[in-house]
Amino acid sequence: MKVTLKFFASLREALGAGGALDVPDGTTVAEVRRLLQGRDAAHAQALANGRALRCALNQVLCAESAVVPDGAELAFFPPVTGG
Amino acid sequence: MVAPRVSIQTADFDQSTEVAALRHGDGGVGAVVTFIGTVRDLSAGQGVLRMELEHYPGMTEASIEAMIDAAHARFDIRAARVIHRVGMLEAGDQIVLVAVSSAHRGPCFAACEFLMDYLKTQAPFWKKEHTSEGAHWVDARADDDEALRRWGLDSGNAAR
Repeated sequence: MKVTLKFFASLREALGAGGALDVPDGTTVAEVRRLLQGRDAAHAQALANGRALRCALNQVLCAESAVVPDGAELAFFPPVTGG
Repeated sequence: MVAPRVSIQTADFDQSTEVAALRHGDGGVGAVVTFIGTVRDLSAGQGVLRMELEHYPGMTEASIEAMIDAAHARFDIRAARVIHRVGMLEAGDQIVLVAVSSAHRGPCFAACEFLMDYLKTQAPFWKKEHTSEGAHWVDARADDDEALRRWGLDSGNAAR
């Protein structure tokens, strides 16, 4: 199934704004993160397990255990710092 | 026309104009509380020249709309308005406005603080400070998660 990836802030600077991804049905956010870590050195570093990252599915904050729905927009970003 | 509750914009805002709009046509308003966040010229001992703000278009607006709904459910308030600027700001510039109206002051003060605590830890904005030593992304603060916890809400935003 298709997933639209988005990166923001320091992740966007390291990896670009995102793009399309094909993953099996039932894939979780954590599994997508692991999959992306294997892409290249930049992804491995920016998405490393030791780094605090937040994620959102279809523009709502989610846990990494969440299952990605078909056609979802999945965003990874650093902890937020607005206000 | 219904006035917008949330605006994400590069332009500056005027508090008096926003308060007048918030009160407009509502004779039941007896109190208005506003909070304005501004760009400090010093952070961790370094002079801040500019502050760059990035956000997640769509999610930002939707998440703040949900926060205002939560404030209405929790406090006896009449109306709320949030403006957050994005893009490149200078030291001294206004960043964010939260304005809340109610019949009496109590719910107004509480809702304004609730909205700021919520926004700080849940709305997808990121600050990048430009100092004389270079630019860096601002780290999230555990204090802000603590502030949200007062309202019985877990954030975990700054958690590892």
